[in-house]
Amino acid sequence: MAERRNADRRSADRRSPLAGFAARFETASAGGALRLAEIPFLTQLNLRVDAKSPAAERIGRALGTTLPVEPGSAVRSGDLTVLWLGPDEWLVLGPDEGEAEIGAGGAGLRDRLVEAAGSADGHVSVVDVSAQRTTLVLAGARARDVLAHGCALDLHPRVFGPGRCAQTLLARAQVVLVARETDEFWVLCRSSFAGYVAEWLLDAAAEYVT
Amino acid sequence: MTSRPGEVVRFRFDGRDYEGRRGDTLAAALLANGVRRVSTSVQLGQPRGIFSAGGEEPNALVQIETPFPEPMLPATTVEICDGLVATGLPGKGRLADRPDPARYDTVHAHCDVLVVGAGPAGLMAAAEAARGGARVILADERPAPGGSLLGTAEAVDGLPGRRWAAERAAELDGLADVRVLCRTTVFGHYDDNYLVAVERRTNHLGAAAPATTARERIWRIRARRVVHATGAHERFPAFAGNDLPGVMLAGAARTYVNQYGVRPGRRAVVLTTNDTAYPAALDLAAAGIEIAAIVDVRQAPGEEWARRCAERGIDVLTGHVVTAARGAGELSSVVVAPEDGGQARDVPADLLLVSGGWTPVVHLFSQAGGTLRFDEEIGAFVPGDTQARDVRLAVEVAGSARGVPTLSGCLRDGAEAGRRALAAAGFAVPDQAPPPAVEDEPAAAPARHLWLVPAADGDGDDYREHFVDLQRDVTVADVLRATGAGLRSVEHVKRYTTAGTAHDQGRTSGLLTSAITAHALGLDVADLGVTTFRAPYAPVSFAALAGRDRGHLHDPVRVTAMHDWHVARGAPLENVGQWKRPWYYPLDGEDMTAAVLRECRAAREDVAMMDASTLGKIDVIGPDAAELLDRLYTNMMSTLPVGSIRYGVMCRPDGMVFDDGTVIRLAEDHFLATTTTGNAAAVLDWMEEWLQTEWPSLRVHCTSVTEQWATVALVGPRSREVLAGLAPGLDVGNASFPFMTWRDAEVAGIPARVCRISFSGELAYEINVRSWYGLALWEAVNAAGVTPYGTETMHVLRAEKGYPIIGQDTDGTVTPQDLGMAWVVSKKKADFIGKRSFSRADTVRPDRKQLVGLLPEDTGRLLPEGVHLVEPGGTRALGHVTSGYRSAALGRTFALALISGGRERVGERLHAAMGEEMIPVTVTHHVLYDPEGARRDG
Repeated sequence: MAERRNADRRSADRRSPLAGFAARFETASAGGALRLAEIPFLTQLNLRVDAKSPAAERIGRALGTTLPVEPGSAVRSGDLTVLWLGPDEWLVLGPDEGEAEIGAGGAGLRDRLVEAAGSADGHVSVVDVSAQRTTLVLAGARARDVLAHGCALDLHPRVFGPGRCAQTLLARAQVVLVARETDEFWVLCRSSFAGYVAEWLLDAAAEYVT
Repeated sequence: MTSRPGEVVRFRFDGRDYEGRRGDTLAAALLANGVRRVSTSVQLGQPRGIFSAGGEEPNALVQIETPFPEPMLPATTVEICDGLVATGLPGKGRLADRPDPARYDTVHAHCDVLVVGAGPAGLMAAAEAARGGARVILADERPAPGGSLLGTAEAVDGLPGRRWAAERAAELDGLADVRVLCRTTVFGHYDDNYLVAVERRTNHLGAAAPATTARERIWRIRARRVVHATGAHERFPAFAGNDLPGVMLAGAARTYVNQYGVRPGRRAVVLTTNDTAYPAALDLAAAGIEIAAIVDVRQAPGEEWARRCAERGIDVLTGHVVTAARGAGELSSVVVAPEDGGQARDVPADLLLVSGGWTPVVHLFSQAGGTLRFDEEIGAFVPGDTQARDVRLAVEVAGSARGVPTLSGCLRDGAEAGRRALAAAGFAVPDQAPPPAVEDEPAAAPARHLWLVPAADGDGDDYREHFVDLQRDVTVADVLRATGAGLRSVEHVKRYTTAGTAHDQGRTSGLLTSAITAHALGLDVADLGVTTFRAPYAPVSFAALAGRDRGHLHDPVRVTAMHDWHVARGAPLENVGQWKRPWYYPLDGEDMTAAVLRECRAAREDVAMMDASTLGKIDVIGPDAAELLDRLYTNMMSTLPVGSIRYGVMCRPDGMVFDDGTVIRLAEDHFLATTTTGNAAAVLDWMEEWLQTEWPSLRVHCTSVTEQWATVALVGPRSREVLAGLAPGLDVGNASFPFMTWRDAEVAGIPARVCRISFSGELAYEINVRSWYGLALWEAVNAAGVTPYGTETMHVLRAEKGYPIIGQDTDGTVTPQDLGMAWVVSKKKADFIGKRSFSRADTVRPDRKQLVGLLPEDTGRLLPEGVHLVEPGGTRALGHVTSGYRSAALGRTFALALISGGRERVGERLHAAMGEEMIPVTVTHHVLYDPEGARRDG
């Protein structure tokens, strides 16, 4: 019983960085040209491993997909997404796992990856960064136009279509940008910058939503 | 002219109300209303009129008052809107004295082919590139596409040029991957085909401008290939009185007649060196302006032009020049004479059209690194080889921008440039389409390049009315003075005379300045060259460049998960880098001093809490993690047991302190290092730099987790009791949870890592939870009756203990030993960053500045940071105060200072120099409170 009560309480206690923006995001999404919303509490794991190692292969099996090695590529496997961040670095995104403990415990994604990594060969780091960033979805016919106000990358569908990702700047904040669908992007930003990024996106979107 | 068609627009200029037509520039509307004097010149205060019909205007500068004040705009580029209020400028403008309510923004754009200029050549280039499937951007500074066609009214493919251009542009704009940008000036061409443009989006709409549309937009464009179809500017020769209102470029007058239906005068004389002034004269004559004479400096014009003039009864005076323009305040007559010295005559006229030939607009080409060559035929510099050995540019130049003189030539040249760009960008080039038809194109006779009409008496002093740069009031006399002073470079002449340095950057005058200089030096202008072209091509407002980076979006604001609570509690915020941190939490009626003293007392005597989430946190994982940390920190980290925590200092190779923080050992191969708030990114970069460049063999990965965690510092003698209440599962006893260890536990029902560390000297804990739970943890701790404190109290508490803040008490010239922390520098480790420097003579000299405490004799006197210290009666600065506070625990003020040989001076009396006042202080050890460390265990 006590455990149950604790779990409920934790759920109520959990607050995403952009919880306070929900209403403004909804207003901005009302016109149909744009959809802007926070996807809170995604599981996010920073993975560092030698792509050619047996450990990488085992981790790939655990993820259900080979780790992408093409720079700036993103692959999806069920409800997981694996983003290439560097030659030996990936960000694994998964659904909200709720209340996993701080250390080990539970059969969470992190534990599955740590287990797959093993300790026999090479060195692998799997770091929980779920609360380090939050995720914004920006979708709709004008999504690309909004991003182009603050992102120097070429976001043309032929260049940055579904399956592409990048670590880049949006306005003056570092973000991880992921093309999910032709007109749907995820913007992952550091929790401390989230308010700035949200304010900036709302301002940049003003032209397209009124 | 009152019968001009179009929608009436009402505006005000120099205090008088006028009517213009929708689509008029302010210059066109003023001319339509007979306003010829628009401004006064900056140096001489001479009346000036409208000289051109475009962005090259040197004379007609205006100040806009409504809709929003903006200084120094050429009347030739301002589109009138209802309610526009403007005044002519007496040289200088005035910025608005209130914030600009308009939006400004930026767009990053990418394309295969960027075409600059939507005249005949640019339109054809863009059309060809688009036809081949390229992503194309076509930008033009005018409100409508067409370029020269707008003003010449020449027909293309049987359509009036303006309509032909509009139809071509509309076709292009309808394509998915083509963007046509009007009112957009490309003002910079930087390396690797990065170009920057400004689009004026709402100025022409006046009060009807939508509030959500940016007034101006900066386009930052990356193009694989660029086609410069930038056209040419007409130039003028220097002759006496060439600055009078009524003197106007021939092409400009033609534009006013054809594009705006405005007659810029009633009786005109035309001075020309080439054939292009003839169609201008004929168009003006057709519009009802009397052409008193065409003064052609050549022996013969093109035959067809001569025939048409004869047909219209226009007098053509070949071999003649205009020796002077005359009039009181504006043109009333023109002195015409045979060039070889015959009888001069005074021809009454209110308009003098001048054409000295056409100068290609090579500014952007030159900015891109392109070299220029002199073209004898057109008498101007044109783009040189784009594929020269040392300059390979992904650039094509098309049309009159490279000296192509005819419309049909420009259309063909543009299409070819578009096809070259298409091929270079990697596209298959489609079959050539037949070029658009141009019907009326009489053969041209060669131009003659005349720069200067000699003064009547030929004396140097007589060149004071021969203007070279109208905007800077520079005359031929000024140029002659420069060359007379020995200057031989046009760059020097430019700076000596200021020619070419004004708002218009010498667009009409640059080549003329060079030609006059060359003439005076007996050189060929082809050899002398022109001054360097630099961005921006046209003035750009700071507001446009700032874009969205203003007000609350000026710089990112970083906040913690508890931020809203701090704000709701009324805490003023302190900027720490980009972070906003609560400074102190005043209760009703409390000032800062009272609040901080109360918070300090709570931490020292009871229990208090602080949001410490901003500290940088880095996960260090791998078999060689301990080895890496041993090399980075001055002290030993590899001996740290799992479950324990150690304070560490990092130095640069010069031995100076770079950062400090705690290191937590989570597992044999897993550490968590904390950094100062402001240095988190720099420390991670530092680690990566060493790992990637010097020690790639170390098997370690570093990952930032700064915002994964929210941290609540729980401080004070009662902190153990409060923690026990919040974490019933945690054994908080001093023996089972000793100082500098950590435990995983549930705190307030939230999974947490609790570290027993202290930045105050008191019994203290730092409770870390995933940042989602930061606010919940904060509220739960606060609900246990704990006093919140801000950064100011944190500073006081740590200073009382002599703990330095890196970056406040240090400045990059301070070693750990200087800070009294020799203990943190390992004597056992073989090496670490900075070690070698600790044996340098300079780092061991005894008179280095060392951290000490200071106690003012007046115990209420606060020493500001930065105050210098001297010996009583002395003048040599011994050092300065780095931190100064009021201490509740000490019951007095105190300070930390860096003082030369400070530790040897403990007990000495010094003076803190506050202006004229000398404040006596006593030097003490830097640890002022609880030097025995008795309080950390509670």
